[in-house]
Amino acid sequence: MANATPQAAPSKPSLWNDPQKRGILIQVLVLAAIFAFFGFIFYNTLSNYAQRGISTGFGFLNNTAGFGISQTLIPYQESDNYWQVFKVGLLNTLLVAGLGIVTATILGFIVGVARLSKNWLLSTSAAVYIETFRNIPVLLQIVFLYALLLKILPSAKESYSFAEAVFVNKRGFYVPEPIPQAGFDWTIWAFVLAVALVIVLRWIARKVQEKTGQQWPMFWIGVALIIGAPLVTYFMTGRPLEWSLPVLKGFNFQGGIRVIPELVVLWIALSVYTAAFIAEIVRSGIQSVSHGQTEAANALGLRHNQTLKLVVIPQAMRVIIPQLTSQYLNLTKNTSLATAIAYPDLVAVFAGTTLNQSGQAIEIIFMTMMFYLSVSLLISLFMNWYNNKMALVER
Amino acid sequence: MAIITEKALPSLPPPAHTVGFKAWAKQNLFATPTNSVITVLMVLFILWALIPVVQWAFIDADWAGTKRTDCTSGGACWAFTLVRFNQFIYGFYPEAEQWRVNVAALILAVGLGLLMYKKTPAKAYIGLFMVIIYPVIAFILLRGGFFDLPVVETSKWGGLTLTLVLSIVGIVASLPLGILLALGRRSELPIIRSLCIAFIELWRGVPLITVLFMASVMLPLFLPEGTSFDKLLRALIGITLFEAAYLAEVVRSGLQAIPKGQYEAGKALGLSYWQSTGLVILPQALKLVIPGIVNTFISLFKDTSLVMIIGLFDLLNIVQIAAADPIWLGSQVEGFVFAAIVYWMFCFGMSRYSQYLERQLNTGHKR
Amino acid sequence: MENNVAIQLIGVNKWYGEFHVLRDVNLNVERGERIVICGPSGSGKSTMIRCINRLEEHQQGQIIVDNVELTNDLKNIDQIRREVGMVFQHFNLFPHLTVLENCCLAPMWVRKVPRKEAERVAMEYLEKVKIPHQAKKYPGQLSGGQQQRVAIARSLCMNPRIMLFDEPTSALDPEMIKEVLDTMIELAESGMTMLCVTHEMGFAKTVADRVIFMDGGQVIEMNTPDEFFNHPQHERTQLFLSQILAH
Repeated sequence: MANATPQAAPSKPSLWNDPQKRGILIQVLVLAAIFAFFGFIFYNTLSNYAQRGISTGFGFLNNTAGFGISQTLIPYQESDNYWQVFKVGLLNTLLVAGLGIVTATILGFIVGVARLSKNWLLSTSAAVYIETFRNIPVLLQIVFLYALLLKILPSAKESYSFAEAVFVNKRGFYVPEPIPQAGFDWTIWAFVLAVALVIVLRWIARKVQEKTGQQWPMFWIGVALIIGAPLVTYFMTGRPLEWSLPVLKGFNFQGGIRVIPELVVLWIALSVYTAAFIAEIVRSGIQSVSHGQTEAANALGLRHNQTLKLVVIPQAMRVIIPQLTSQYLNLTKNTSLATAIAYPDLVAVFAGTTLNQSGQAIEIIFMTMMFYLSVSLLISLFMNWYNNKMALVER
Repeated sequence: MAIITEKALPSLPPPAHTVGFKAWAKQNLFATPTNSVITVLMVLFILWALIPVVQWAFIDADWAGTKRTDCTSGGACWAFTLVRFNQFIYGFYPEAEQWRVNVAALILAVGLGLLMYKKTPAKAYIGLFMVIIYPVIAFILLRGGFFDLPVVETSKWGGLTLTLVLSIVGIVASLPLGILLALGRRSELPIIRSLCIAFIELWRGVPLITVLFMASVMLPLFLPEGTSFDKLLRALIGITLFEAAYLAEVVRSGLQAIPKGQYEAGKALGLSYWQSTGLVILPQALKLVIPGIVNTFISLFKDTSLVMIIGLFDLLNIVQIAAADPIWLGSQVEGFVFAAIVYWMFCFGMSRYSQYLERQLNTGHKR
Repeated sequence: MENNVAIQLIGVNKWYGEFHVLRDVNLNVERGERIVICGPSGSGKSTMIRCINRLEEHQQGQIIVDNVELTNDLKNIDQIRREVGMVFQHFNLFPHLTVLENCCLAPMWVRKVPRKEAERVAMEYLEKVKIPHQAKKYPGQLSGGQQQRVAIARSLCMNPRIMLFDEPTSALDPEMIKEVLDTMIELAESGMTMLCVTHEMGFAKTVADRVIFMDGGQVIEMNTPDEFFNHPQHERTQLFLSQILAH
């Protein structure tokens, strides 16, 4: 630097010393290397496929599957094709993910709030819960619970029975199936109407408060309407709902809904595991709202509940929601552990059985990964949108 | 109106009703009626849950025996875990050669101990030794084939040993890749940046299990005909790629925390990109993200249990296989409890350590 | 009790665990009186005024605010907090609400004032603290001095009879202290009962009726500003004043 003579006209820097050109060169080289790498893989794969007599492409999806699946949310039989298997597995994954997300959220919030309780016993129990379940692999928890359940549950003949309506045994959990009769539509409509009414009432309540300062107990009004209206309609229309009860016939139950034990195990284990993480998120979210905020609200005369509703929760949610969504994503990905206990999720029936039968490794793994990738993309899109919307305005 | 207090009042002990166990219980267990109800319910719940567990695990437990039928008390059959303990730790590693595993573990423990101890001199060298030289030593020890050590095939590795091998190799191998990806994601070159983002988001978006499936069934297809390689190595490749994406995000958070002035100072001193990155930025960023790396390691340690699904005999799988032995049929629960305790001790210990590090970093920053 | 007394502390003692923070504090504040409390850090001055609206609990003695004694009864606490406004060292504005919403929150939810009315009152006070044009902004967009003035306005919106100030200027940059002090002086001139923990001795000299010096959890000296600054009696007061006036 120091010895460059100022008089000399700036000599053209060589390709390597011009930062802009060097950047382009590097990128071209990297790109070329990557193309070469993928070309190599592509070529090898084609020749390997050819050698094993497997045809490339997605044509195999039309082939007959020929195996049974223990839980199907849509009609499925052995003579259906692999595409149907894909759909069945995908729905089973979404089912357990959806169930798990709901219960993990409820449990996680309860434990997280308990962790902050002033009651020493409660907060310590919550801490023990969190530290126990988040430090043990979730796969171990799944297989452990499965082994435990199969060990303590009785055979079909000696089923545990609750009020002769719910039966529990090694083969599954049997619950009554509601069968709507003519006129049940009214109850559904009453429910829909009640929800709509509550939304309108909330709006009116806000207007009333702004006009007169009066506050309506909207929470209780809402609960009463949403539960009460359908219930009243149901009884007024003459209880148009029949229950198909499970009944033991021979070695097995008939009627009712059978929930396979694998679903129950996966659901519980994933909820319990994820709830431990959600609890920590809730705790740190609430603690992230500084003590000064609560003090200021108290000093202004806000009650404990009002402080929570108006000051603490709105601020804590900004911290909680992004982390919560990433836990939902983790839970969805963890449903793939279903394979270990043979719950028929996407990975088990498609990336497992279908792959073994057809040998179309590339296509199947690609489709499976694409499913998880699109779920995670959707979730990150939501997260970006939420973060942008909720970002605190600062200088 | 004027008040002047001449003598200083002595510090008195707090009034009796605010100290001691009674006051503590009043404040922390029975502060309000609701609180009292919660306390009573919690006590009942804990008793209800704990008594059968204690009964099963201790009172009715059997500790001696050579087969399941020796356990007659109706409780836990710990004899199973005691008899199979060696297998749980070493897998199918030949008994005569197990000292090699112990030596490797001992070096590891000493190295980590020195690194964690605050006052150790020349930590940087020990760290480099552990990251670069130790893996070679450990590989020679475990695999053998050098210095008259008989070869022990990787298919014989198992148990806790394999779990540790998978997680340690996974983290050590993925760290350099993760750093490169993190730097690439912050690069000014658009193609490099988008490639890194695509790589990171791809691996972070899919479950580890599909990655392991991919490593075990797709990898052989990608290579020229006839090349085949080790199952363990295939799993390690999958884990490394997967973990590198997570580490990249951890390292990136550290890079973001480095103030802009540091980059400018590096440039002003005339350092090239790689010089300023290697000498100025990375050492600071990596120090910041040690807790994050430990946390990633914890989740990797737990995730190694997934290799069970592609047929490797890690701690969890070896327990499951041992329990399938006809003479020990029905001992799964005991085995899983044992495995859970081992996993828990490792993970809990490490998470405490990372929390301690975080506190240290925080206080260090405030000063 | 005479109706002229706003706040009365009788033999108040407080402990943090084993640590005796307030030692036999006695104090009578009359309506309209302005009192400045000073003392070294850790002397218990903040703790004392935080006891007055029950942000901290005292273990012995009586605190009577506006003829209501502070006990564990939530009703009493609520009643007192409505009448007592407080301004904090770190402002403690709610970052997720605009300036106007910060001011309207408590009147709407505690006093059940209609929004229009609450907003009108809030704008009135924001004008008094000279930042009506910032009403739609968020606290994060304001300077420290502006935030503290919003915090004062927010307290005033509840129409309190007593205002507590807990080191309101010690987190501010020097050039912003004056704007906050001016607001406080104006408030003092309107006849508000005020208790201020502050080290701003100029403020004490201009507006205070009495100055209290605390150390080691007890009231060491209490006097008119004139006497307090010109003839401090206790040696610790003298030492403190020499230190604080030195710079």
